[in-house]
Amino acid sequence: MKLGMAWSLGLASIASMLAALFMVFVYVPTEAQQGLVQRIFYFHLPCAWVAFLAFGLVAVAAILYLWLGSQIWDDLSYAAAEIGMLFCTLVLITGSIWAKPIWGTWWTWDSRLTTTFILWLLYAGYLLLRAFAGDSPEVARFAAVIGIVGVVDVPVIIVSVRLWRTIHPAVLLTRQGQHGLQDPRMIATLLVALGAFSLLFVWLLWLRLRTLRLGSKIASARRRLALYEMEARV
Amino acid sequence: MDNLGYLFAAYSLIFVLIGLYVLLVGNRQARLEGRLRELESSLRALTQAPSAGGREASR
Repeated sequence: MKLGMAWSLGLASIASMLAALFMVFVYVPTEAQQGLVQRIFYFHLPCAWVAFLAFGLVAVAAILYLWLGSQIWDDLSYAAAEIGMLFCTLVLITGSIWAKPIWGTWWTWDSRLTTTFILWLLYAGYLLLRAFAGDSPEVARFAAVIGIVGVVDVPVIIVSVRLWRTIHPAVLLTRQGQHGLQDPRMIATLLVALGAFSLLFVWLLWLRLRTLRLGSKIASARRRLALYEMEARV
Repeated sequence: MDNLGYLFAAYSLIFVLIGLYVLLVGNRQARLEGRLRELESSLRALTQAPSAGGREASR
């Protein structure tokens, strides 16, 4: 049943991703000012959406872990943080690749870029703590606090283009309050890409959560084995 | 074909990184499933052994 679910999610993710790629490279018209490189946007923004969704889930699961103390919430938080980190890295990389031909530089300390980099650093700290500080409930609690604090940066990133002077484009909602995608085919392509990345996120989360649950089962089996060995010696 | 290289690089990197992550998680899952099977078979062997030992002791 679990394998069936993983396969179904995987196939749905791949099919929707192929549909999104077709729309990005065949269906959508080329943007007049930026040319071909603007097409990076159709995957750059969904990467940001998945990163924010994942870090939001980290915080919700962390709150539930601190409140209820159930291991499943800690596992969910950890799995979501890892996937959020992957997509946050992709946001920074694809943004840099787009910036080079458009801005003439790979990186600038613009407010949106800087706040996104801070988010990346916060969750890098979270993952380093999980990787190197052991597997105790204390570490899980510390990580939960970082997970909750880190998510505060997400709304800051979203409003950063309105709060501070920035050169980052405000595409979905321009500074004049209009939406920046004028052609309906651009909106359709973005929506399909958002759907594809959301499915991909659910699939990756399912896979990663399954490995964490397997780890818990192994720990439990090891404890039982040690107990039996002690009893056998006595 | 202005900036085609940048477009290619961005999309390639997205799929390479996601593909690597899926491979990493898949490998980890296969390794853990193998380890769990090993532990469960050791547990089964141990749970059967004491009962045999117990019978020996009661004789």
